[in-house]
Amino acid sequence: MIHFVILINRQGKVRLTKWYSTYSQKERSKVLKELSGMVLSRGPKLCNFIDWKGYKIVYRRYASLYFCMCIDKEDNELEVLEIIHHFVEILDRYFGSVCELDLIFNFHKAYYILDEVLIAGELQEPSKKTIARLIAAQDSLVETAKEQAGSISNIISQATK
Amino acid sequence: MEQLKSLGRELAMGSQGGSSKEFLDLVKSIGEARSKSEEDRIILRELETLRRRLSDPDIPRRKMKEYLLRLAYAEMLGHDASFGYIHAVKMAHDDNIMLKRTGYLTVALFLDDGHDLIILIVNTIQKDLRSDNYLVVCAALVAVCKLINEETIPAVLPQVVELLNHPKEAVRKKAVMALHRFHQKSPSSVSHLVSNFRKRLCDNDPGVMGATLCPLFDLISDDASSYKDLVVSLVSILKQVAEKRLPTAYDYHHMPAPFIQIKLLKILALLGSGDKQASNHMYAVLTEIFRKCESSSNIGNAILYECVCCVSSIYPNPKVLDAAIEATSKFLKSESHNLKYMGIDALGRLIRINPDIAEEHQLAVIDCLEDPDDTLKRKTFELLYKMTKSTNVEVIVDRMIDYMINITDNHYKTEIASRCVELAEQFAPSNQWFIQIMNKVFEHAGDLVNPRVAHNLMRLIAEGFGEDDEGADTQLRSSAVASYLRILGEPKLPSLFLQVICWVLGEYGTADGRHSASYIVGKLCDVAEAHSSDDTVKAYAVSAIMKIFAFELAAGRKVEMLPECQTLIDEVLASHSTDLQQRAYEFQALLALSPQAIENVMPPDASCEDIEIETSLPFLSNYINQAIENGARPYISESERLGTVNTITPASASHYQQDPAHSLRFEAYELPKPRAPPPSIQPSSTSSLPTISSDLVPVSEATYTTREEQHNPKVQTLADQISAEIGVRLKLEGVQKKWGQQTYSSPSAPSTSSSSTQKATNGMVTSDTIRQSSLDSRKQQIPEVSAEKQRLAASLFGKKAAERKTQGSTRRPAKESQHAVATSAPEPPEEKVVVPAVPPPDLLDLNEPSETATPTIDPFKQLEGLLGPAAGSDVASAPSPSVGAVKTPDLMSMFTDTPSIVDSKSSDKGVVSSTIAKKGPNVKEALQKDATARQVGVTPSGNNPNLFKDLLG
Repeated sequence: MIHFVILINRQGKVRLTKWYSTYSQKERSKVLKELSGMVLSRGPKLCNFIDWKGYKIVYRRYASLYFCMCIDKEDNELEVLEIIHHFVEILDRYFGSVCELDLIFNFHKAYYILDEVLIAGELQEPSKKTIARLIAAQDSLVETAKEQAGSISNIISQATK
Repeated sequence: MEQLKSLGRELAMGSQGGSSKEFLDLVKSIGEARSKSEEDRIILRELETLRRRLSDPDIPRRKMKEYLLRLAYAEMLGHDASFGYIHAVKMAHDDNIMLKRTGYLTVALFLDDGHDLIILIVNTIQKDLRSDNYLVVCAALVAVCKLINEETIPAVLPQVVELLNHPKEAVRKKAVMALHRFHQKSPSSVSHLVSNFRKRLCDNDPGVMGATLCPLFDLISDDASSYKDLVVSLVSILKQVAEKRLPTAYDYHHMPAPFIQIKLLKILALLGSGDKQASNHMYAVLTEIFRKCESSSNIGNAILYECVCCVSSIYPNPKVLDAAIEATSKFLKSESHNLKYMGIDALGRLIRINPDIAEEHQLAVIDCLEDPDDTLKRKTFELLYKMTKSTNVEVIVDRMIDYMINITDNHYKTEIASRCVELAEQFAPSNQWFIQIMNKVFEHAGDLVNPRVAHNLMRLIAEGFGEDDEGADTQLRSSAVASYLRILGEPKLPSLFLQVICWVLGEYGTADGRHSASYIVGKLCDVAEAHSSDDTVKAYAVSAIMKIFAFELAAGRKVEMLPECQTLIDEVLASHSTDLQQRAYEFQALLALSPQAIENVMPPDASCEDIEIETSLPFLSNYINQAIENGARPYISESERLGTVNTITPASASHYQQDPAHSLRFEAYELPKPRAPPPSIQPSSTSSLPTISSDLVPVSEATYTTREEQHNPKVQTLADQISAEIGVRLKLEGVQKKWGQQTYSSPSAPSTSSSSTQKATNGMVTSDTIRQSSLDSRKQQIPEVSAEKQRLAASLFGKKAAERKTQGSTRRPAKESQHAVATSAPEPPEEKVVVPAVPPPDLLDLNEPSETATPTIDPFKQLEGLLGPAAGSDVASAPSPSVGAVKTPDLMSMFTDTPSIVDSKSSDKGVVSSTIAKKGPNVKEALQKDATARQVGVTPSGNNPNLFKDLLG
């Protein structure tokens, strides 16, 4: 089972966190601190796994961004590595050549996509097409909802308020 | 004009999910924060603003949505935003789907299943699970997975089960996953749904089928025997998947539905474990997968690894086993650390079936052991731990200890220390060696070792190895004493180890006559002095001194009291710790006794003998009789006394009754409350009773004994008076106790156990000069690989291997040279496909960018006119801000970890542009990035002009 997903960049800045097991706010900060120390300090040729308090951290670097997942001891590390890649490919497909900036300013969208990829700490959908379809359906629904709620006059009235 | 601009931005933000300038500015300022403290300041200010805004009773809903996202952002960065949780819960209840999704998203990010607000969201979830819109149902199901706890499962369970038959596959899939989650939280809640899972296994949609494997895996790992009938169908599913019968959408890097294959293999491993018949069905498909799987891609290797796991778990079959061994050796021979790691793990599984398999890979194993990569090293230690025998235990444990000394990770240190202890206990070739190893473990990881180990060690030294050979035991003890006296010279020793040392020195320090009593006593005094803040060590030291004195005096020798010993005893006599004080007084009293008495009190080497206890204490009867004749009251047994106590402090009395059952209680006592006797008693009780009881209720347990004595006569008569009512009273007691027990008994068990688990305090790394020098010499030897490694291999893998090695020593250099060829030549030879740590970029669909890069209707094209050409070109050409990170060209193309990746501070134009040049200019992409930069709406700060300019080409 995946216990949490964390995205941090090379400077140790947090870009996304998703917790599938229960961690208090204090524990979360501690985990983030420990993890960024461990992951960022590892050399490029070492393996992408780290032993961590009876769990394993699987991480993978994409440009300046590290995708980290914490899994149980008996899980298949290579598979998780590919789950990360699967997620990145989906992000790439959605944003079109995704970059860190996309995730910074659309972090809620990244969360929606992650919710379609993983659920309850397990891979939910192995088909990129299905996910793309679902996300598109959600987006179009939101679009129609917005048209109803926020006609242009509405926005103008808000902006001038 | 200004307003028009902001309006335009607002419009532009439409596609950004409604983020406003404020939010973007927040993100931007955090991105530009130079330090963590600056970031914290920004977020705290932001939270203050949000707190103020949220207190406004009517916030427009769109605004609220954005506020919640900002809160989520603050929470993500580790700040407390709990004041806004309730707004997220409210928003999830909104009818507008856009707001509802945001509500659910933030609720799932904010709350855990134990939060108080969960109960408020259950109603919303129930409503949404019934919604006609399947996307709403999906959102609710995602929330169910995260938020529903054991108590609220029944509230949603029927609806979730119903959704298993929903026409939309996305809903069915999520419903299955929700049930999987329920099983994790409360296994009994879904155990009756097995038939539903079986039905979903035959679902038309592969996604649903794949999801069903998760709950099935859980159920089967709980109890494999009742699912044996599934073996045939699971094998046939696996076969079909491997034969590419699933839609190509499920392919991943040219592998047919690998994630489903892996899940299936995991389940088959459980079902075939120790079951020959079930395993028989699997061999064919496993062979097929081994044959088909290409080991050139990461995912292919993931499947191969899972196959190896499966093979090692099911009933062994020589043919499949050979395939697994072959796959494992490919892993081990790989250049990639990841694959080596998997190979070591796979080897650890396979040697359970056949220990000889490891021999072939001994050099690879030793390479991994000496690899600078910590993860790989640890995995290798795990393998060594599994293959330890009495022949190689010394080498392995030595290695483990060497490694243990040099790490700071306490969690792993504890683990490896306990492994060393376990191996040493199991395979120790000699007692001396065992004690040496224990000493090292205690010395370097003392505070992390389970105290039980210390007691085992003491017992071992006291009892010997159970052989009748008294001489060997004596030798063992004197060698232990000698080593401890040497170790005491070390500057820093863990408390637990010092306790062992003190105990052993006290028992056996003078036993062999090699060391004088005053020498040992002096050493013990040094220990006590050096650890004056550690009462336990001091207590051990004082007791040990007492023993030495006792043995000497009993033997009729005179012992002079050393001045430092006298100071120690004087100091301890006045100690705040009653335990220490008592020991010191006992010591003083002991010194005054005759040698005969001392020998009876402290017989030498009697720590293993049982002490008989006379529970009725007959020798005191004279004294008691005398006292009674003199007018003392006879002893009242505990149960009788409780009767009287009840009338005084009911609360504490009830605890008294519980105490025998639960030896220790860690919870605070309930607040004493004036106890109003139930109306049924009131009329019959004497008028003085209520007043007295309410008077004395708040008396605490500690003072109550003295009070009891003071009030004794009164209470006694009272007790007599109301003895008739005591029956009623006791019944009442019972009621209260029942409540008390329910609240206290269940948590008390875990808390006792948690208190006994060892504390993970900071282990101290002592610098052992001898060890260090030996380490250094080892390091020097490392370059001349072959001899050292060969020796190690021989000692690790046994004699047979050593012989093989000497025979094959001519073969080895050849292999190495082949190795060298492989590394020097950039093109890997065909038969030895080197798998890179990360797959090459061409694994991505190459035609993808052309699809996705085509910008859809760009709202900014229209906007440009609105904002004026000047503004437009300004944004396009102007230097752009650094938003905490380099906007590197493209995540996907960069993941090969080229050194050209630079952090924002040191980024240099040349490097970045070179990567772009490599990638080739892509007009469409550049255009799109342009759009993104503008969409972002951040005004360029001129902080880092190069980055965007380069990207936009």
